[in-house]
Amino acid sequence: MKRAGFTSAWLPAMLLLPQLAVIAIFFYWPAAHALRSSFYLQDPFGFGETFVGLSNFTSLLTSAAYSRAAWFTVFFTLIVTFGSLSIALLLAVKADKVIRGAKTYRTLLMWVYAVAPPVAGVIGLIMFNQSWGPLKEFFALFGWDFKLGVNYFDTAFAMIAVSIWKQVPVNFIFFLSGLQSIPKSVREAALIDNRSATGRFWDITFPLLAPTGFFLLITNITYAMFDTFGVIDTVLKGQPGNNPMTLVYKVYVDGFRGNDLGGSSAQSVVLMVLVLALTVFQFRMIERRIHYT
Amino acid sequence: MTTHKRRLRLSTVVDHAILIAGSLLMIVPVLMLVQMTSMPDLINMKTGPSLSIGDQWVPNFEKAMFQADGFSGINTGTRMLMNSFILGIGFAFGKIFVGMLAAYAIVYFRMRYASLAFWIIFTTLLLPLEVRILPSYEVVQRLGMLNTYQGLIIPLIASATATFFFRQYFRSIPEELVEAARIDGAGPVRFFFDILIPLSRTMIAAMFIIMFVYGWNQYLWPTMVTTEEGMFTLVRGIKQITQMLEGNQIPEYGRANMLALIAILPPVMIVIFFQSWFVKGLTESDK
Repeated sequence: MKRAGFTSAWLPAMLLLPQLAVIAIFFYWPAAHALRSSFYLQDPFGFGETFVGLSNFTSLLTSAAYSRAAWFTVFFTLIVTFGSLSIALLLAVKADKVIRGAKTYRTLLMWVYAVAPPVAGVIGLIMFNQSWGPLKEFFALFGWDFKLGVNYFDTAFAMIAVSIWKQVPVNFIFFLSGLQSIPKSVREAALIDNRSATGRFWDITFPLLAPTGFFLLITNITYAMFDTFGVIDTVLKGQPGNNPMTLVYKVYVDGFRGNDLGGSSAQSVVLMVLVLALTVFQFRMIERRIHYT
Repeated sequence: MTTHKRRLRLSTVVDHAILIAGSLLMIVPVLMLVQMTSMPDLINMKTGPSLSIGDQWVPNFEKAMFQADGFSGINTGTRMLMNSFILGIGFAFGKIFVGMLAAYAIVYFRMRYASLAFWIIFTTLLLPLEVRILPSYEVVQRLGMLNTYQGLIIPLIASATATFFFRQYFRSIPEELVEAARIDGAGPVRFFFDILIPLSRTMIAAMFIIMFVYGWNQYLWPTMVTTEEGMFTLVRGIKQITQMLEGNQIPEYGRANMLALIAILPPVMIVIFFQSWFVKGLTESDK
């Protein structure tokens, strides 16, 4: 890239200053701090610390509670990601196809984007309420005695349902805009070649949506791992007990409530490594995607 | 031919049925929340959401906005609403201000260490605040910024999403524009104010909406840095809302649900009214 740029020694430095100052103090300092404290054991009353090497990490790997949370996070992330992506894709394909009411449908299907995750959790508490929750009553028709906050599986179900509900709109927006950017000529050619709508979808539309889908896959994994904190905290009413929790929630519970700073920092570092791996994977795939678009 | 036409019609009906089902799935849960704000608490406690509309909207709204709980007695709905606006607007404004300046420096200036600055800034895209939440808390504590608006807003700004977005956008602006401006004798400051900002108006608006909603909806960070009730935002206050339902003999569903409703109304309205800007900004950032 060649840019006919301005040359000035101090102006660009001044322009970059706010950004660099903010990230130095509130990004690099904390990140370095987390890295450092993951190798130390903090005194719970704030008197000093001892270097313990990798012991925070080894105790994580051997902790049953941690591996339980890790497996739950994997399970939770997979279901939330695929659930919300497939529902959103179905809705986007249909919203792209209909002529009447297309705009109304778009508005109706996207506004939940602006609902905060913990408020979505409050709505979940209503839906699954023990005495009269509409969904709880509905499940009771099939003999399913839904017990939110008591039964491990039921609580996980409620968290997943609310998290999917909250995430469908943003996926819908991206899929719809991806569909609308498919050139008309391609669609018409496909229409001549293939009469079956399902066949057209899988042969033409789906591959053309692949870049959007891949971008969303990564976004959704990050969402399920990090942004669902508000949903989980409200659904659990702040009382994890024996209920399922994700890794981010565990960082918070152990570090902020349990005061185990070293262990919690080690957990943060594990999460950082996971996110970094995910991002590197994403960049490599994006480089590859240039070839087919 | 007739059979073909009928099949087409049927598929259209199925399409609409799916879309209507999807729309209901999005709306009905929130409508239940709204319905419960119109009922007296006793009925809510006994029957939960129903089809009837009660007359309690005004009293519930007054309770939600002006009644406080906790020890201080200052965390009324009005107070939390104000804090939410301060967080949403402050965050959006700060993010855009910092991001636009940095992106301008990166795209339009020839500097030494340009690629170093680029990497330092864009590495922040990799790690969300959630994974470094505790050390960030300690830093804010050490700077004495707990329970302040600065402590609430600035750490949230410490990533490069807006910078990245504006960089992509500035790079899509034709280069001839800078050449022309330079030939006309415009320096970097005039170019920024007279050409770049007017050109980016739509993008700035789109970014503002996205960032406002993002800031307004923050939960984990405000939960950690604001412990004084006078600093609570609506979304942060949700925890108390659910606790209200636990402790009391007759849970205050009317008030609690009204507060939840007030918490979602402003961002939802903005997203609906400025839909096209919002969608444009959101999907543009993908590239």
